[in-house]
Amino acid sequence: MKSEFTPPIGKITKINGKCISLIGNDIDTDRIIPARYLKCVNFDSLGESVFADDRKNLKGRHPFDLQENENASILVVNSNFGCGSSREHAPQALLRWGIKAIIGESFADIFYSNCIAIGIPCFTLAKELIQKIQKYKDDKFLFFEIDLKKSLAKSKNLNFNLDIKESSRKMFISGEWDATSTLLENENLIENKFSQLPYIKFNTNLL
Amino acid sequence: MSKDTLFDKVWDLHKVSSLPGGSDQIFIGLHLIHEVTSPQAFGALKDKNLTVKFPSRTVATVDHIVPTDNQSRPFKDSLAEKMIETLEKNCLKHKIRFFNIGSGNQGIVHVVAPELGLTQPGMTIACGDSHTSTHGAFGSIAFGIGTSQVRDVLASQTIAMNKLKVRQIWCDNKLSSGVYAKDLVLHIINKLGVKAGVGFAYEFAGPAINALSMEERMTICNMSIEGGARCGYINPDEKTFSYIKNKLCAPKNDHWENALTWWKTLKSDENSIYDDVIKIDAAKIEPTVTWGITPGQSIGINQQIPLLDELSPNDKLVAEEAFEYMSFKPGQSIKDIPIEVCFIGSCTNGRISDLRIAAKVLKDKKVSKNVKAFVVPGSERVAIAAKKEGLDQIFKDSGFQWREPGCSMCLAMNSDRLIGNQVSASSSNRNFKGRQGSPNGRTLLMSPAMVAAAAINGKVSDVREFIN
Repeated sequence: MKSEFTPPIGKITKINGKCISLIGNDIDTDRIIPARYLKCVNFDSLGESVFADDRKNLKGRHPFDLQENENASILVVNSNFGCGSSREHAPQALLRWGIKAIIGESFADIFYSNCIAIGIPCFTLAKELIQKIQKYKDDKFLFFEIDLKKSLAKSKNLNFNLDIKESSRKMFISGEWDATSTLLENENLIENKFSQLPYIKFNTNLL
Repeated sequence: MSKDTLFDKVWDLHKVSSLPGGSDQIFIGLHLIHEVTSPQAFGALKDKNLTVKFPSRTVATVDHIVPTDNQSRPFKDSLAEKMIETLEKNCLKHKIRFFNIGSGNQGIVHVVAPELGLTQPGMTIACGDSHTSTHGAFGSIAFGIGTSQVRDVLASQTIAMNKLKVRQIWCDNKLSSGVYAKDLVLHIINKLGVKAGVGFAYEFAGPAINALSMEERMTICNMSIEGGARCGYINPDEKTFSYIKNKLCAPKNDHWENALTWWKTLKSDENSIYDDVIKIDAAKIEPTVTWGITPGQSIGINQQIPLLDELSPNDKLVAEEAFEYMSFKPGQSIKDIPIEVCFIGSCTNGRISDLRIAAKVLKDKKVSKNVKAFVVPGSERVAIAAKKEGLDQIFKDSGFQWREPGCSMCLAMNSDRLIGNQVSASSSNRNFKGRQGSPNGRTLLMSPAMVAAAAINGKVSDVREFIN
């Protein structure tokens, strides 16, 4: 885990780093960060608790505890990663551990949006290619240079064309992935929508 | 691409703009918040020097961290106390309506909003909780969001989102006696898989769905997310309207007539187009129980835990992991597996009708002496109604502990949790590894009636032997 944490900000066009592979389908957000660590009013201390129960059960053999994975920043996962609870604490914990990008077969919807919202690009690749990376990773260190402009991951011996939702890719390379200000640019449209919605008129007793 | 479904109509109605990059800016009609996923969002507002744009469109309650034994303040758990205090301060500061403990209206956010009449057809509803899909039972488009999106809704009452595809799940015939909405939705998730719904909204339809009560429909939509679908909904009908009528926050007088006129126009057209349609025969479903570590790993009560060879290559990896974690064997019967803890509650099955069904099974029976059993009403209103009907006494007489409302052992953020590798029969929604508070705890999901049967026998049992 990084001792000093600075959140990603602005344009994200290149991510260079060591891969860490985590094998398994349907890895849910309860596993990424068990509920008892959600008792907090900020995200600051989540990094050390990432995969807390799985790591405890594996007694040092969990990928997030292996020395070879120290300072890794590109997480390689299988299918439906991040399913279950909507807790943003899950990607926040990964981010604070040092993860800067995730490559997987597929991601759960809410987890994916949470990652994008906090500046972790999530890329997809076919199952066979993910397995190839994970297998390669078994033997030696694997470093990737990810280029978001080209949606390409390059290493010494392996090159992959990554898939990412075009809306997410554009947001990262333009630096406009922090949504709040983009949304507030349409303030007039929001006011208009509010006044036009039928149910606003007949819900006068809401407050 | 879907066309003229209820989802399309509600989405289009709430679309504020097309954003650069291809996602849509969607207005959120009702925003629900709670103590776990909102504090960082309020913190971000402060950092950015922003205010809450439409405080009247956000409603708060406290549910995840509340103790269910002693709710006097300050809470024994100082972290839980800090979380509720933070929510209290944020609601006060931003003039957000907050249903606190003791208000008579506190409870699990997805139980509270419908019973107060806040949840209505045609709305978009968002909450920093994945089970927000529950509210789709009323013909609203409702989905879970993360904390950054909670911040966006507070600041702008909108979020950026890619439009979902729509899959209709048509349920033919009707459920047989002793088979409930929980069994139906577990069956659907098993058939389609836990990730089939990624990128989709699920429209539940057909005779078996029409026959369900509003509370049963909430159980179905609640678990859409367990099938990967962020949003699940049911077209509103007379049952929907009569459920809402006269609720605390429901439209009244002339407004009621106007609401009704509009709500009646809200449904998928007969010739609407879906991205996908799936058919399910509800009559063939048995009481259903999970045996593994995902809500998709379930079987009928009279079936055996599958052999690896019976599973698709994609399902094998997680099945092997489940066998190891649960210490169950392939081919083993689910029936008669010993149960140590029984939990009735949660946003899936903690409503008054759930308590009535379980109490009916438990009346004049005793909980097995090997079982710790407790019932946690979904809200203060559910608790009051149950007491009025004497259900609390039936539970207590049988040996169940009667607790105060909250999320409790569904996710074990309070002191209600499994110990070691205990096996629980639970009416909640997730059987993930460690979900109920012990890193080795084992959860078997089932209907509240089946939990009651398991409590009496001390093992997984067929509730139909009790009620028929």
